[in-house]
Amino acid sequence: MEIAAAAAMGKFIGAGLAAIGSGASAIGVGNVAGNFLAGALRNPSAAGSQTATLFIGLAFAEALGIFSFLVALLLMFAV
Amino acid sequence: MTDVATEEVVEHAAENGAEHGAALAFHPLEQFKITRLFGEGPIEWYTPTNATLWMALAIVAILVVFVFGSKGRALIPGRLQSIGEMAYGFVYKMVEDVAGHDGAKFFPLIMTLFVFILTANMLGLLPGSFTPTSHIAVTAILGFGFFIFVTLLGFAKNGMHFLGLFWMSDAPLILRPIIAVIEVISYFVRPVSHSIRLAGNIMAGHAVMKVFAAFAPMILISTIGVVVTPVSVLAITAIYALEVLVAFIQAYVFTILACVYLKDALHPGH
Repeated sequence: MEIAAAAAMGKFIGAGLAAIGSGASAIGVGNVAGNFLAGALRNPSAAGSQTATLFIGLAFAEALGIFSFLVALLLMFAV
Repeated sequence: MTDVATEEVVEHAAENGAEHGAALAFHPLEQFKITRLFGEGPIEWYTPTNATLWMALAIVAILVVFVFGSKGRALIPGRLQSIGEMAYGFVYKMVEDVAGHDGAKFFPLIMTLFVFILTANMLGLLPGSFTPTSHIAVTAILGFGFFIFVTLLGFAKNGMHFLGLFWMSDAPLILRPIIAVIEVISYFVRPVSHSIRLAGNIMAGHAVMKVFAAFAPMILISTIGVVVTPVSVLAITAIYALEVLVAFIQAYVFTILACVYLKDALHPGH
């Protein structure tokens, strides 16, 4: 197999593997949201004050998934 | 991505498409290309581009809402005044809750960040528009600029006590040097993640919309399009709704993290 074809195949496979990271971040985000929901149903009056923490947690978890999506995009279109 | 990198990407993709004979109808990353507004030639730092146009439109929209919103000064606010008051109250409460009472004097900076990012994101949802915050260049300046400001502020306000931010007094004495190294590394990663989070979210959302848009005209070229086209249009609508939510949430998250970093600068130490 020539180098160019092997590189193209490697690109696509690499992009597919990098997309697994986006699925992993979905687990993380669901974890954060689920724990918040469980806590909010136990103590509804304290839930309002923690929505800021919820969003910060969601942002951190999602950002790492975005990094892996970025790797996938870079492999697909910029390599 | 810089304009040079994007051009190479688009040419590379065009070559690939020509080779394989079946390219997407629209390339998902071509919408992020920076183009001149008038004339030909290279793009210098002073050329009006689509990025500068949409950033200027965001500023004009903000000015219209807030200047005309606060003109009436009615005790019972009308609609535009309500919008301005709600935005002001929302961000002021956020700054005061997170950064404390002495953080409230940085409210204009935080409000500018929030309103600019929100408006730039929302305007980017208009069909055919360009989102300046999808470019790492724009968000990196916002993120790194804010990081440099907060670090200088921390040293100005606290002197060398600012380094107490990295020295965990709750940890056992043996572990403190290792934890200090980790804390320093994570402190310097802050602006990187701060800027990439915004750029990546907005770019990813718009690229996904473009991918579905590339499948939407399938009904014009093959019969499988009878199934593919309606599903694509539904998908574009769903992703659009998600993008509206993401536009607001990313502006909120950028701002609240900025408030958290500001609080760390004003009151360092754990």
